[in-house]
Amino acid sequence: MIRPGDGSGQPVTPSDDGGRPTGEAATAVIAVHDAAVVLGGHRVWHGVDVRVSAGEFVAVLGPNGVGKSTLLKAILGLQRLASGRISVLGAAPGRTRSSVGYLPQRRSFDSSVRMRGVDVIRLGIDGSRWGLPLPGRVARQRRQRIDELVELVDAGRYAHRLVGELSGGEQQRILIAQALAHRPRILLLDEPLDSLDLPNQAAIAGLVSRISRSQEVAVVMVAHDVNPILRYLDRVVYLGPGGSVVGPPDRVLSSDSLSALYGTPVEVLRTSDGRMVVVGQPDSPVPHDHQQGGD
Amino acid sequence: MDDVHFSVNLVADVVQMWSQPFMVNAFRAGTIVAVLSALIGWFVVLRRQTFVGHTLSAVGFPGAAGATWLGFGALSGYFAFCLAAAVVIALLGGRGSGRHSDESALVGTIQGFLLACGFLFVALYKGFLNGTNALLFGSFLGITSRQVVVLAVLAVVVLALLAAGGRPLLFASTDAESARVAGVPTRALDLGFLLVLGATVAAVSSITGALLVFALLVLPAATAHRLTARPARSLALSVLFGLVAVWTALTATYYSPYPLGFWLTSIAFAGFVVAAGGRALRERRRRGFRRFAW
Ligand SMILES: Nc1ncnc2c1ncn2[C@@H]1O[C@H](COP(=O)(O)OP(=O)(O)OP(=O)(O)O)[C@@H](O)[C@H]1O
Ligand SMILES: [Mg+2]
Repeated sequence: MIRPGDGSGQPVTPSDDGGRPTGEAATAVIAVHDAAVVLGGHRVWHGVDVRVSAGEFVAVLGPNGVGKSTLLKAILGLQRLASGRISVLGAAPGRTRSSVGYLPQRRSFDSSVRMRGVDVIRLGIDGSRWGLPLPGRVARQRRQRIDELVELVDAGRYAHRLVGELSGGEQQRILIAQALAHRPRILLLDEPLDSLDLPNQAAIAGLVSRISRSQEVAVVMVAHDVNPILRYLDRVVYLGPGGSVVGPPDRVLSSDSLSALYGTPVEVLRTSDGRMVVVGQPDSPVPHDHQQGGD
Repeated sequence: MDDVHFSVNLVADVVQMWSQPFMVNAFRAGTIVAVLSALIGWFVVLRRQTFVGHTLSAVGFPGAAGATWLGFGALSGYFAFCLAAAVVIALLGGRGSGRHSDESALVGTIQGFLLACGFLFVALYKGFLNGTNALLFGSFLGITSRQVVVLAVLAVVVLALLAAGGRPLLFASTDAESARVAGVPTRALDLGFLLVLGATVAAVSSITGALLVFALLVLPAATAHRLTARPARSLALSVLFGLVAVWTALTATYYSPYPLGFWLTSIAFAGFVVAAGGRALRERRRRGFRRFAW
């Protein structure tokens, strides 16, 4: 449960959300409060405060190894917190599994996987059910739902082929369809744009944003490059070596806020087409620019 | 068996074969084992646990040898050792998906040690040397009605478990992380599957011998996997291939001087080669066609 007014935890970093009225927390589908995670004796992150409401699109950014995937796992209930609280749809993480869709990081099927795209999507619908699947009404509904999902992610051309033979972008759409199978209210995506070309990045970003808006799904997407999703974002969670910042993209992805986070001068530049380039951060550029022009 | 001859009249052949009680038991046991191993083997291939399957079968040999030495009968030895090995593999190496590379090193180590034990038991039980062949390469002689009952009970239990947990097992086998997030108890399934696999390998060993378990456990399933990607169809094909292999091999053994293990392995392997070759040909043709179309 979210306990409003519990301000005892001291966020080490500036947090835009920190001072929001408590009424806001009540409508949040995900509420992370002053959370910290310790892995192998090492504090991955701490003092993280995030609230995500229905239909919001939130990005988690930060350098490699800073704990972005760990944050998603904590929200899923797969990672225990060292301190703080997370509530998902008003319950403890992991209690509301069917309402949360998840796409793990860097998942791809190698060519030996003998399953079709529709079989993979189907696992999202009834893969966790016990008992024999019987023909009849349920089976018809399931087939109908698979068709809906295939159409939603626009995978009709290849959904009946073996997933192992599909391209990275095509596999990603199949997996997003699988994650959406239960009509989740929350979608957690871990670098879904990874290893996609620019047109595919744009297409998947648009697709996710459309799903988020039209179906009121709260989306938390870990991203390596913020540019493909920048214009859809409501909020950014930036995990850095010195702590974390949460807020609207403009405010978080600014020279001042990132300089404070990295503890060294960092400059954020805007190109004429609205892309962001970060200059001067120590390693692992996060919102970096692709030199090739986008769409 | 010297006076039996295969004729063109299949019905008469079968009637003649089944007039022998030991052949009836062999067919009963073979049928049960074929269905069981085709279904479990389908998941073994899917989960890429064929090496574990091989280890469990190698472990069955010292089990059977030891049990014979102590006077318990080979079947109980297969079961005791295969199940115990399954538990050990599950506890030591079966974290997560059960497909870790360090698992295979561990499994290989256990395999070597237990094979050595098997030879020790054979050496200790001197009069038993003639039976070593049967333990290693299979025999259809001397299957008792009691053994058939044991196999049938096991098959019913395993089929019920598969019917109940088939879908979560499929999910966990192809995509453990998503399955876990969706609430599938993947670790329990890993352990449960290893135990069922241990029992299945024990049952198959009693027909094929410890070294030829693959002929029934892996080949029909691998053949089916090559022919179709649809899970239900593939499972059904696997069972069909297993049954055909067992029935043909038993008949061929009855009417020929060659041993069961040879027939079983050859028939299953031939099926696999035909399926794999057919698929390669089909893919080549499809690709060639595409090239033309462009
Ligand atoms: N089981 C573990 N034991 C100890 N440390 C771990 C464990 N799992 C992850 N870590 C560490 O926790 C940190 C955060 O890992 P995480 O995967 O969340 O990073 P990330 O931000 O997602 O990185 P990337 O951008 O590379 O995906 C890393 O430093 C990693 O080495
Ligand atoms: Mg990560």
